[in-house]
Amino acid sequence: MSQDFRLDNIGMVNRNKKISFTFNGKKYFGYEGDTIASALIANGVHLVGRSFKYHRPRGFFGVGVDEPYAILQLERNNERDPNIRATEQEIFEGLEVKSVNCWPSVSFDIGAINNFLKMFFPAGFYYKTFMWPPSFWYKIYEPFIRMAAGFGEASIKHDKERYEHKYEYCDLLITGSGPSGLASAYAAAKNGARVILAEDKPRYGGSLLTSDVNIGNQTGVEWSEKIITELKSMSNVIVKNRSQVFGYYDHNMLVMSERIGDHLPKTQKYLPKQRLWYIRAKEVLISSGSIERPLVFGNNDTPGVMLSSAAKEYMKVYGVLVGKKPLIFTNNDSGYETAIEFKKNGVNPLILDTRKEPSSDIINEAKNLGIEIKFSYVVVAAKGYKKVKSADIAKISDNKKDLSNIENIECDCICVSGFWTPSIHLASQSGNKSEFNEKIDAFIPKKSKQKENTIGSANGKFTLEETINEAFDKGYEVSNKITENNNKVSIPTVVEKKSTDHDKFWCVPLPKGKSYKRFLDFQNDVAVTDIELALREGFRSIEHVKRYTTLGMATDQGKTSNLNGLQLVSDIENKVVPQVGHTTFRPPYTPVSIGAIVGREVGKHSKPTRKSPMHEWHEKNNAVFVDAGVWLRPRYYKQGNETLFEASKREAKNVRKNVGVCDVTTLGKIDVKGPDAAEFLNRVYTNAWLKLPVGKARYGVMLREDGIVMDDGTTTRISENHYHMTTTTAQAANVLSHLEYYLQLVWPELNVNVVSTTEQWAGAAIAGPNSRALLMKLFPNTDVSNEGLPFMGYKEADLFGIPAKIYRISFSGELAYEVNVESDFGNFMWEKIIEVGKEFQIQPYGTEALSTLRIEMGHVAGSELDGRTIPHDASLEGLVSKKKDFIGKRSLSRSAFTKPDREKIVGVVPLDKTTSIPEGSYIVKDPKAKLPNPKLGHVSASCWSVEYDNPFSLAIIKDGKNMIGQKLFAMSPLKNKTIPVEIVSSHYVDPEGKRVRA
Amino acid sequence: MLYIFCPHCGSRSQNEFAYGGDATVKRPELNKEISDQDWDNFVYLRKSPRGKHLELWHHISGCRQWIKVERDTSTHEIFKTYKADELTE
Ligand SMILES: [Zn+2]
Repeated sequence: MSQDFRLDNIGMVNRNKKISFTFNGKKYFGYEGDTIASALIANGVHLVGRSFKYHRPRGFFGVGVDEPYAILQLERNNERDPNIRATEQEIFEGLEVKSVNCWPSVSFDIGAINNFLKMFFPAGFYYKTFMWPPSFWYKIYEPFIRMAAGFGEASIKHDKERYEHKYEYCDLLITGSGPSGLASAYAAAKNGARVILAEDKPRYGGSLLTSDVNIGNQTGVEWSEKIITELKSMSNVIVKNRSQVFGYYDHNMLVMSERIGDHLPKTQKYLPKQRLWYIRAKEVLISSGSIERPLVFGNNDTPGVMLSSAAKEYMKVYGVLVGKKPLIFTNNDSGYETAIEFKKNGVNPLILDTRKEPSSDIINEAKNLGIEIKFSYVVVAAKGYKKVKSADIAKISDNKKDLSNIENIECDCICVSGFWTPSIHLASQSGNKSEFNEKIDAFIPKKSKQKENTIGSANGKFTLEETINEAFDKGYEVSNKITENNNKVSIPTVVEKKSTDHDKFWCVPLPKGKSYKRFLDFQNDVAVTDIELALREGFRSIEHVKRYTTLGMATDQGKTSNLNGLQLVSDIENKVVPQVGHTTFRPPYTPVSIGAIVGREVGKHSKPTRKSPMHEWHEKNNAVFVDAGVWLRPRYYKQGNETLFEASKREAKNVRKNVGVCDVTTLGKIDVKGPDAAEFLNRVYTNAWLKLPVGKARYGVMLREDGIVMDDGTTTRISENHYHMTTTTAQAANVLSHLEYYLQLVWPELNVNVVSTTEQWAGAAIAGPNSRALLMKLFPNTDVSNEGLPFMGYKEADLFGIPAKIYRISFSGELAYEVNVESDFGNFMWEKIIEVGKEFQIQPYGTEALSTLRIEMGHVAGSELDGRTIPHDASLEGLVSKKKDFIGKRSLSRSAFTKPDREKIVGVVPLDKTTSIPEGSYIVKDPKAKLPNPKLGHVSASCWSVEYDNPFSLAIIKDGKNMIGQKLFAMSPLKNKTIPVEIVSSHYVDPEGKRVRA
Repeated sequence: MLYIFCPHCGSRSQNEFAYGGDATVKRPELNKEISDQDWDNFVYLRKSPRGKHLELWHHISGCRQWIKVERDTSTHEIFKTYKADELTE
């Protein structure tokens, strides 16, 4: 099978390996090393998509990351991948790609009607048209826009591919392996620097792959191969291809996406599909090169119009002809290189040069080769719909305003060169304010804000000699700063054809009576008239013009359109480009897949799961788990067909009646040690701590400086200078940071150390009237009587040979103990408790029963200590010392906190004793009051009281103290419920606290 | 992402740290009379300067020490870092 546009003796693809793929369902073949673009062009395919707004036919415009047109949807391994640039994606066996933004097919697209209605689609069309009436948005406008817009369809399936993140440090990161990248990497590596050289393409060498130059008596290709081979062999160098450095962040942190498996039919085993590199570099050399600028003329978006450098690269790298009757339209010498390449491959080009009488080596060479050249000539308009068929060309006057001798000539492609634009995106991201260089009509980086230098054509150096010299010098200079070595490599001699300046002309005027669309932004269909309209309508700032017209806002970020847009604005405004200024470049330089950004943080890896040592036992005993922060805690233990409600009621009842055991390992635990520990606790907690004896626990509340309750818990004095503090599960980390803050910064004179011991201890709460009897069997050698181990007492004991700590504390309001053992013995402890507890009808209980027990006892927890309450609100004012100072005390005397009708916690019972009150309900006096109904407060927690067998809730309401006994209403607009309720004391069960002391 | 020099550990990535606010704020002494205004200033009022800012960072995934960092809030340049008890210039 032959390919009409494939050249036989040129290119770097592997002719020994044919690869077949499908495009829009049709089978094609290419060679290993082809991109989708080169393989399709080899097969004569130029129509690959439709434009965003007008659905005009789209072909190929470039050959790399700057491609605005050829964006396809890829299917691989039953996965969809949208937004694939055909110019970057290499083909592999079985690859399936299709066009996007066209329906029903790329060659017959209904949306193309927009093209003929374009007078209705001016700049700002969306802003102007789809405004009113608002109700039309959901029903008419949005579905229409959604159907018509968008490049491809993202997969909604789980992505099975693996993506990884990698952190790397280096002395010098070099972005781009063109001549400046290679030379600087070589100079720096030879001087001992740890170098990372990143290249976004599969092949190294950049412009050296396609330019006819000589370095150190070798061709550009030979020289780059030699340098790369040597760099790869050096242990201090990392060389990466298919790797795009797309973001430059603070403190020289750069992010690079490496495409490892994208060019293969299937990702290799043990390798990710893509890898995201976070690179912290001591120095950065930006050698990202430059992108050719288009020239603007009528219908310049027709397939077959492309950058002249792209046409050259298709020939030299891929052995592919973009056309057989090429027209070269240039304002500088670059177009001649392309023309000469065509000629060498047996194709006769015609050059239209906008300049009047240029002369240089390369122009002479073209003349000598017999290439036809027309000076002071321009393309007025491309002709042809799905592919260029001919062009109207004309002579242009010296002042570049008037056209004459308009004629139509046949051609099948138009290769344009409007000179070069340095890729300053990374430099700009780093904070470098660029400056306009009149010589090259483009911006170049100015002063570095971070440790960054831009070199080569990215810095506006367009001759190879300048580039090579600068790069070798910079590579040495920067490496010398870091390594302090002085190994300087000699700079090779460079031979290249001398060239002249470019012509500042870039936009062809319209001939009289013609209204060709002349496009600036090829991906977003922004034409010269759109910018003109935006300026007529009063938009001045380039940032506003950009947003109003969408110039440069597409996925290519205006790589080819930005400068021409600026030129146009400055021409109309009679300003120079630097006054107009350019829009801000932001990361990413090229689109990055969401998978790469997410990395391994998918599914269970998005956050770690913490499990208690007893987790397996819970699992085996039908525990249903609930997330408590990153912990998994048993919510209830399901028996038979029980519901959550039934199970938690059974478990809670059993605690009140017999004995239950609950896994409390997740509670935060902090060891507080040191001679000043008592004084420190005395400042941290609101109550007094100086007189707590050894072997006793105390409940404490700690505040933030603003008087709001931060956390509560019990702390036990283990020995003279050693305290064991417990915190809530949720606040454990915050409390530790809080303590460290005061010890390190506020009171460094206190001799105290704090350390988290949460993971060191497994905890079991044993609660219920039978708990003492059970304890006596668990610890037969320890006196656990009410006298031996009173309420808030602490004892160390022996649990069948395992050292254990017993705290007599209670969250359930029952007679209760917490037993702690070292984590490794947690499961042993738990099984012993269950085994020995059998005769006392022990049952494990989960967090749901735990909540029920604490709610009906009126014990506050996270839902009351919600970051808005002071001790008074939670009825904890009895724990606030009047005698001593502590963190947050001064705030408690602020007027808002001492108001007589300050909110306070109360109990709420429905009058019908059957309707549960939804958590979050408002408490109101009059359910029929005019909206907004003044609310007294809200329901913070609800349960089914197992003591009284009716619903019970806690609420924090205004003047709660004086509300007890009142009949009010609980309203839940969310659940559409209004429930008549009675306000009662929050201590619904055992208000005197007899049980815990029994 | 910032690269912060911890005086105890060396240069570490920002994601090992937690931000702790203005380092020049001094907590009023315990057991001392203080006006509502002064206390409010201590609890709530912070400057938000553009430029040099001495601030606290907690090396939370490292040595767990609070450190002081002198940073330019507009450029992110870090001029110097100090241990908690070190005197700042
Ligand atoms: Zn540290």
